[in-house]
Amino acid sequence: MLEVKEITCVFGGLIALDQVSFAIRQGEITGVIGPNGAGKTTLFNIVSGIYSRTAGQILFNGRDISGLPPDQLARLGLVRTFQNIELFGQMTVLENVMVGLHTKSRCGILACALKLPWHLAEERRIRSRALELLDYVGIADLAEQSAASLPFGKGRLLEIARALALEPQIMLMDEPAAGLNSRETWELGDLIRKIRSSGVTVVLVEHDMELVMDVCDAIVVLNLGQKLAEGTPRQIQDNSAVIAAYLGEG
Amino acid sequence: MQRELLKFALFAAVVLVVAPLYFQGGYILNVLVFVGINTMLAIGLNLLLGFAGQISLGQAAFYGLGAYVSAILTTTHGFNPWLSMIFAALAIGALAFVIGFPILKLKGHYLAMATLGFGIIVYIVINEYVDLTGGPSGFPGIPNLSIGSFSFDSDMKNYYLIWGATLGVMLLAINLARSRIGRALRAIHDSEVAAQVLGINARLLKVQIFACSAMISSLAGSLYAHYITFVSPSTFGFGFSVELLTMVVIGGLGSIYGSFLGATLITLLPEILRTFHDYDIVFYGALLMIMTIFLPGGLIQGGTLAWNYLRKSWSGKGGADA
Amino acid sequence: MNLSDQLLQYILSGLSTGAIYALIGLGFAIIYNSTGIINFAQGEFVMFGGMLGVYFFHKQGLALPIAFLLAVVVTALCGVLFERFAIRPLRRPTPMNMVIITIGGSIFLRGVAMIAWGKDTHVLPTFSGDEPLSFAGATLLPQHLWIFAITILLIIGTKLFFSHTISGKAMSACAVNRRAAGLVGIDVRRMIMFSFILSSAIGAMAGIIIAPLTMTSYDVGVMLGLKGFCAAIIGGMSSGLPTVIGGLLLGVLESLGAGFSSGYKDAVAFVILLLILFFRPQGLFSRGSSERV
Repeated sequence: MLEVKEITCVFGGLIALDQVSFAIRQGEITGVIGPNGAGKTTLFNIVSGIYSRTAGQILFNGRDISGLPPDQLARLGLVRTFQNIELFGQMTVLENVMVGLHTKSRCGILACALKLPWHLAEERRIRSRALELLDYVGIADLAEQSAASLPFGKGRLLEIARALALEPQIMLMDEPAAGLNSRETWELGDLIRKIRSSGVTVVLVEHDMELVMDVCDAIVVLNLGQKLAEGTPRQIQDNSAVIAAYLGEG
Repeated sequence: MQRELLKFALFAAVVLVVAPLYFQGGYILNVLVFVGINTMLAIGLNLLLGFAGQISLGQAAFYGLGAYVSAILTTTHGFNPWLSMIFAALAIGALAFVIGFPILKLKGHYLAMATLGFGIIVYIVINEYVDLTGGPSGFPGIPNLSIGSFSFDSDMKNYYLIWGATLGVMLLAINLARSRIGRALRAIHDSEVAAQVLGINARLLKVQIFACSAMISSLAGSLYAHYITFVSPSTFGFGFSVELLTMVVIGGLGSIYGSFLGATLITLLPEILRTFHDYDIVFYGALLMIMTIFLPGGLIQGGTLAWNYLRKSWSGKGGADA
Repeated sequence: MNLSDQLLQYILSGLSTGAIYALIGLGFAIIYNSTGIINFAQGEFVMFGGMLGVYFFHKQGLALPIAFLLAVVVTALCGVLFERFAIRPLRRPTPMNMVIITIGGSIFLRGVAMIAWGKDTHVLPTFSGDEPLSFAGATLLPQHLWIFAITILLIIGTKLFFSHTISGKAMSACAVNRRAAGLVGIDVRRMIMFSFILSSAIGAMAGIIIAPLTMTSYDVGVMLGLKGFCAAIIGGMSSGLPTVIGGLLLGVLESLGAGFSSGYKDAVAFVILLLILFFRPQGLFSRGSSERV
């Protein structure tokens, strides 16, 4: 479904990614792991259109999406969440998800300003769908609260709900477990599985090994900008090169 | 939704009915007409600044272009004033759209400077192109707007005309603010990256709002020209762009009614400070700084805080008695 | 005067205004590099330098060098007060707040100047007489030489300061990474204060040395500030040579532009500003940066 081909990214003199290639299969949960500085977030930023790559290609369902801006990728069905959760702090929880439904609605500037009748119907639809999504991740009771006032764990859930509003084909999650306690991480794992079973392919960058091994069907390991290994959790756990990269030689 | 409509209806009633009855005529009416023009301008800027978070220090340029295009088309060429006004708005909107793409790629300080530079270039052109604009001595003889034989030639008639238009713009802005477009703008303000990741074409939307804001300013400029029947470049310089910024900031970024409050305060200030005429600049500067530090949400925030405080102390009293 | 003489004349006078723009641009760059703020009030420090120079020389009857010194010191003091009361108290230093507060500050300073000294223009005498000097067919005033000399001294001085003194290096460190600088024990607040002092002092000097040629009044700060900013942008906000070249380039282009049409002369700077911001916001001299958001 998503193919990363020979992606290279050079910042000034630093080679952040060196000809990284792998494929994500539809309907699976894939984890991208690696020691700090391996280039995982850089890779994500390139796939989601935020950074531009120096060389290489990204194919999404066979179509070359390298270099497309994030908003176009979103309309093609690719969405991502951020490690530091980029919530819209000025707005309420519900409004945040309603923004996620932007591409599912059509009223333009003129129609909205004139409050034409179909605009009102659309607003109602957006609102109720947003509530459904909040319910899906379990924070419907917080709908009218200001997004900035949410505790981190709930904020994480809000970001996921917002991303799901796009009805994406593939969702990239950047360190979703960061900042969560063990119970929240457990619940996150359940949520990720629930998302996958609704037909969304999931790719995670993660440091929490328990979560990764528990939830992922496939794992890609990066180290120092290169792909080190690829396989099932069992295969990766037994891979000596991976162990060496994390724990050091000897 | 109903409450919003009620609030607006009340406001419109005060503006259209109560105020003219109270201020029967005279100089104060002229000032109130300007409050109307400035409210319209402030709302236009607020959409860009308060909602979308894009700093523009060149709004006076679009205001001036609207005024001069209307003036030149109607006086020099004899075109119909209403059509000229519409043409000016569309043409200036188109100009803003084209120039918006390179300008809105910039952010923060650089955007502020670029809009500033644009504003000054427009001012210089208006000032220097004497054959077309009359230069620094201004452009006189602009006709009043009229419908058939009914001419908007008095303060009172212009009050209704201009406030009618401003109320219209207000209503459109309020609708826009509460819609998906308004949410998208606020999203861009909070986190442009996140907005893009969710499929919002931030680049296009910013330019569209920039163009809308320019069209509103142009409309205000045309109305100004037909009201005062005379325009001169000094009205449309950098100083006025800063005044507009002050109105929006002091009123409260992102609040439409706040823009009205800010416009009222800044328009009335020179009248209030009449005796201290030379002190008005110092006052503006101090006001801007103090507001930004202590009350960044503007008068609207101040009003809300005061209202909440009053409500708490009233209900506190009621609770104690019960 | 034949064409090449005229051209030389334009270029020479352009270089001297350009030197002023360069100094003002340096002021912008210094503050920007240590705080990330574009100080819209920079032009007002320049204005204050000139106005205070007039005040100390004419009203107080002090000798020119002493008036110069006092004007610089008092303006630097204003810079300190500005940083302390306008910049530091900001609880949410977003770019928008910064822009608004520095604009507010610049308006305020302009208002103070207007109240203190009225709206008239004032003149400072030239530093060493008005005898024009001949230079390859063009005329130079001694004041032009003063401008060049003082500008060169200031530039060399700032360069040495940044690269050879501890404080200077500390300020450069803040420019590169404020948090890291704080972590290694640099008092960031003090560095910010220093950068304001340095910028306002340099601005004041620029204001004084140009005052004998262009007259000064309460509102000269706006245009000078903007053109100095333009110089800094051309130089990519560097506190060194690129900004100086930016200023000189701007001065010369503006002067040549004035040769064509004096009314549109001011527009030259702003057209250049827009062009640079549109096509090379990192300045003419830095290497292009990789695409980052």
